[in-house]
Amino acid sequence: MNANADLPSPAPAGGGHRAAPYAHDRSSVERIMLQVCLALTPATLYGLYLFGLPAILTFLCIVLAAIATEALCLWLQGQSLWRLKDASALLTGWLLAMSMPPWCPWWLSASGAFFAIAIGKHLYGGIGQNVFNPAMLARVALLISFPVQMTTWVQVMPLGSDIAPGLSQSLAIFFGEQGIPDGFTGATLLGASKAAANGGASMAELASRDYSLGQSFVGNTLGSLGETSALLILLGGLWLLRARVISWHIPVSMLLSTLLLAAIFHSIDDSLYLDPWSHLTSGGIMLGAFFIATDYVTSPSTNTGKLIFGAGCGLVLFLIRTWGGFPEAVGFAVLFMNALTPLIDRSVKPRAYGRDRRGNAIKNISARKVQ
Amino acid sequence: MFGLKSIRGGVHPETKKDLTSERSILTALPLPKKLYLPLSQHAGVESRPQVQVGDKVLKGQLVARSGGSLSANLHAPTSGIIAAIEPIVAPHPSGLPAVAMVIESDGEDRWKDLPTLNDPLDLSPDELADRVEEAGIVGMGGAIFPAAVKLRQGRRFEIKTLIINGSECEPYLTCDDRLMQEQAAAIVDGARMIRHIIEAYEVVIAIEDNKPDATAALKQAAAPYGMINVINVPTHYPMGSAKQLIQAVTGKEVPAGGRSNDIGVLVHNVGTVYAIHQALRLGRPLISRIVTVTGACVKTPHNVEALLGTPVRDLIQACGGLTAHPARLLMGGPMMGQIIPSIDSPVIKGTTGVLALNQREVNEHLPAPCIRCGRCVDACPMGLVPLEMAKHSGADDFDQAQDFGLRDCILCGSCAYVCPSHIPLVQYFEYAKGELRERRNNESKQEYTKRLMDQRNERVEREKAAKAAAKKAKKRASRKTKSPAESES
Amino acid sequence: MFTATLVLTALGLLLGWLLGVAAKVFAVEENPIVNEVESLLPGSQCGQCGFPGCSAAAEAMVEGTAAVNCCPPGGRALTEALAELLNVDLNSLGDAPVPQLARIEASLCTGCTKCYKACPTDAIVGATKQIHAVISKACTGCSKCKDVCPENCITLAPEPVTLNNWHWTKPEAA
Repeated sequence: MNANADLPSPAPAGGGHRAAPYAHDRSSVERIMLQVCLALTPATLYGLYLFGLPAILTFLCIVLAAIATEALCLWLQGQSLWRLKDASALLTGWLLAMSMPPWCPWWLSASGAFFAIAIGKHLYGGIGQNVFNPAMLARVALLISFPVQMTTWVQVMPLGSDIAPGLSQSLAIFFGEQGIPDGFTGATLLGASKAAANGGASMAELASRDYSLGQSFVGNTLGSLGETSALLILLGGLWLLRARVISWHIPVSMLLSTLLLAAIFHSIDDSLYLDPWSHLTSGGIMLGAFFIATDYVTSPSTNTGKLIFGAGCGLVLFLIRTWGGFPEAVGFAVLFMNALTPLIDRSVKPRAYGRDRRGNAIKNISARKVQ
Repeated sequence: MFGLKSIRGGVHPETKKDLTSERSILTALPLPKKLYLPLSQHAGVESRPQVQVGDKVLKGQLVARSGGSLSANLHAPTSGIIAAIEPIVAPHPSGLPAVAMVIESDGEDRWKDLPTLNDPLDLSPDELADRVEEAGIVGMGGAIFPAAVKLRQGRRFEIKTLIINGSECEPYLTCDDRLMQEQAAAIVDGARMIRHIIEAYEVVIAIEDNKPDATAALKQAAAPYGMINVINVPTHYPMGSAKQLIQAVTGKEVPAGGRSNDIGVLVHNVGTVYAIHQALRLGRPLISRIVTVTGACVKTPHNVEALLGTPVRDLIQACGGLTAHPARLLMGGPMMGQIIPSIDSPVIKGTTGVLALNQREVNEHLPAPCIRCGRCVDACPMGLVPLEMAKHSGADDFDQAQDFGLRDCILCGSCAYVCPSHIPLVQYFEYAKGELRERRNNESKQEYTKRLMDQRNERVEREKAAKAAAKKAKKRASRKTKSPAESES
Repeated sequence: MFTATLVLTALGLLLGWLLGVAAKVFAVEENPIVNEVESLLPGSQCGQCGFPGCSAAAEAMVEGTAAVNCCPPGGRALTEALAELLNVDLNSLGDAPVPQLARIEASLCTGCTKCYKACPTDAIVGATKQIHAVISKACTGCSKCKDVCPENCITLAPEPVTLNNWHWTKPEAA
């Protein structure tokens, strides 16, 4: 081997190259995140229109605070700020904004965003490492810490309408100098049903009296931005399905399990249990099924796992909505199932080619040996 | 008549086959001055040279003989003189040296005397298999597994279906496509011979449905023979992988750790079939192959018939040269091919293509953290969990990686192709597989040395005992001879 | 109040009893750990770890005076097995020594057979007055041959990387 003296020395690490494949589709993390944001846009714009200037201020505050927190965390870890480009902080902030009351004072908005990014994500090791959905973690933390502010729902007062607050009043509300006027607030259907259930009123009566199913579906109802228009959220979700950003497994199994449970209990006693359609169109269930539970990082990676995960979300959601202490439970349901995700991923694996479900080689030896 | 079964996962990369699929194969390339034949162009150990430096050789003459069961013969691709047998840079991503035979062509390109052959279909299967072995034919689709070994293994089983793999699922490559279009009759003839050797019940020529011309040509060529069916399979990477093709054609899965023989199926690539036809019908050993020379950096991409050992540079030259410095220079397709360390690397038996790709085509980005999107799980044709395999391989936890599917991974690259985080998943698997191989070797070496040591200790003990016994006996003997004298005194 | 107390007491007693039973039934018999470590080691007594033999190395590892990655022939697999057995954090270890192979420089070898006799695994072939060679398949890199060679013609070097044992390295983490 002396003749190889003039050969280049063996390249370390394959010459600094990567192994095959030397082709790649056009996907990227950034593209996925922006597609999800795009899918959220119609519902967001409609929600912002319904709740006016204070809602716009709140929305911007949450999103900007999330991005600022992300930048801070990256800087503290000595990582490149180019990482901001992946738009994951934008999406987390956006989702949080969708699930907060529309008129949040700045401190509540900013601390929520900070909690989501710093504690919900970077404390676990950054993108891809968190166990719980950061937006839901922050929402639930705020809900427990500030129950009053987090359940203050304003009435619908579209931009430009007579009752909508002006700029100065909006700023005052946003900066907490002025509380939300009492006349502006109301109760969501789920909140009212909870109160009604405790007070012994009939569900059917409640639903038909104050809350119209159609209105709730189209979104002319009070709630967080993501709770208003189930229709627009659904459309956004369907587009994500079409764009293959998410798969159908989680939304379908989550909605179906809620629907099924609600239908069963409603048929047992319609005076005690809310009807299934109200369940589907109210609260954050659409947002949860299409945008929150489908978060890649915190949901199982196999299709069977996703079905189990979605069904579990629906079950916990229904249980808490019906018998729990909180009227709305998407956040809790998703967080609960997030905790089970590693377990699901460990126990549910796809069947490998040439093996049975247990991982043993299939015995399909049909060819006889020729002697 | 065939209810095609779908395969799991897979991807649909841009095929880019139109770069070369409409142009006929360039034959009669200018004869290279020097040809470089690495002694290891097949699965097994190096071949053993049968000639010495300075010897004159004729085209088709055996120059190196198979060195073991999975090794293969090598023949001189042209006439000339053996200039050297020395290490060259191997056509391999490591850039490590490999011993090669350097043949200086004399420009005459003179064949050795070719035998006049009877109709191979009159000969016994074993004799034909011997001839295939003699001709040095290996899997031409890139698997480089000796064809004769596969044929002999197939003979020991009841083969129901012989699948001729013309799917060519790798993007860019059209060498099989063009070969099928231009040599349909030869391929059908080769398929009949293989069927004769392994006594298969039926022959299926499977072609991806993006090659209508090749399908038509083969259908026409196969029409006179009832037992040869030409079918289309969906254009779907990695359809050309044997396991996936078997699944699509027969609906059966090869058991994990088993061979296709177990389920009565044998797969041969069309290039191999053509080489077998050449060997059995014309007595020509494997000395050339069709190579797709393509990529955005090649001026006029073409398929070329290249002598084994031709430097890649000559092939690119024949196609008008490079228009830009390629971001990646590959042998094989973009999904499973390998980067080569130099443009002077020689064509070997498994070289399906030479690709000079630009940055846009490679579309390589710095990897970002995994966001667990599960696209790799959906894309995996083997039903594995690539993200977990890569995570555990990265942490050197190979048992877990095996558990999530590393043992079944075929390294097709579908997962890495779709990964939005651009994680080099396949490299993780290559690394883990390499480490596992190293560990296995290490373990067997340890067992071996332990045994050697025990044997040695035993031997040393035995020798000691023997020595002690001899000493004792000597002593006793001397005492015996002494004692009477003592008693006397 | 009374029922609650009763239930909790009963529960506590029951669980305590269960734990006690479990401790008895599933008790792990403690092996003499040094023997266990020694059984994992290659057992070629090569001494590359700096100890006179595998059992001495095993003792040192159990005492904590030797690192669990000090055995080059065992390689990374052995290190991991030992780390798990002895509860050592793999990340706390430094770089492991690389296994070595002996090589005899033919031009200097006089065929004295000293190395041949010293080799614990019979990895050296050759007879008196003939050049010796090392069978790398059997060489553990113990350097015993090097120590006895009067001509200083034996060198130890890591196994060279060839096409047969090369593999892609681990990608750099994102």
